[in-house]
Amino acid sequence: MVKINGREESVDCMTVAEYLKGTAYDTRRIAFERNGDIVPKSAYDNTVLENGDVIEIVSFVGGG
Amino acid sequence: MNTNDKLIVGGHEFNSRFILGSGKYSLNLIESAVRDAGAEIITLAVRRANTRDQENIIDYIPKGVTLLPNTSGARDASEAVRIARLARELGCGDFVKIEIMRDTKYLLPDNAETVKATEILANEGFVVMPYMYPDLNTARDLVSAGAAAVMPLASPIGSNKGLATRDFIEILINEIELPIIVDAGIGRPSQACEAMEMGAAAIMANTALATAGNLPLMASAFRQAIEAGRSAYLSGLGRVLERGGSSSDPLTGFLRD
Repeated sequence: MVKINGREESVDCMTVAEYLKGTAYDTRRIAFERNGDIVPKSAYDNTVLENGDVIEIVSFVGGG
Repeated sequence: MNTNDKLIVGGHEFNSRFILGSGKYSLNLIESAVRDAGAEIITLAVRRANTRDQENIIDYIPKGVTLLPNTSGARDASEAVRIARLARELGCGDFVKIEIMRDTKYLLPDNAETVKATEILANEGFVVMPYMYPDLNTARDLVSAGAAAVMPLASPIGSNKGLATRDFIEILINEIELPIIVDAGIGRPSQACEAMEMGAAAIMANTALATAGNLPLMASAFRQAIEAGRSAYLSGLGRVLERGGSSSDPLTGFLRD
């Protein structure tokens, strides 16, 4: 299982690119963090999600 | 407005001295808020992403406006650094407003952690604008740590209570070479004007606009107040008499002997 934005998902062994393709995220508007490290867009194709990974997918929102 | 009077932050020049927040109001109001505020810098927060079916704030911000992501939600320096790096990965420049809070009641910034985060992020090439409690020693540490500006609070975030820390902000203005940008708590244009008269380099406001009756109109009122205060500061204020009065009229030629 991989924890993505606080929810457990069974996406082990998928690449980041494969995972995102199956979601409704706008990849131009997000940053992807895996176990505390940023995964740059250029590494989406060859970064594989592993059991126990903790993922944060973030974007900008209104704020002060 | 004096067009040669630029706000310079981290080597970047701005004509506007009004930094606009984008929180707590409709995305549809952002364009008119930016226009009526005359703002060239707008703050944003970083949060877990929504999916494509929800609108993204970036699409509502006019082109050419500098984005200033904040690190709100960070409770210590390492969380602030992490949020800043994610913000930069979102691809909108190197500016970051450091905001670190441990206290959830008054939302006061943690000055010590803010200094730590400033040093790390300045070394990574960020234009670091730390939000802080107005303390001269901390401000000096922020200068040493590589901050591009110092952003003291006027009163607690979102309170609209005005310049509760006025005298301490004035000390920073007098002693610190970096731009002093008054952030948080400014509730009325008159308070923004007072801070600018005192020599603040800029004003950051969000809640004062978001909770106003007419947001674009209040944005315009703040712009005018900030410009007025800046002009007054550049002019130099007239002196205050210790006692008595001083006529503005000639003291000769009265119509009597």
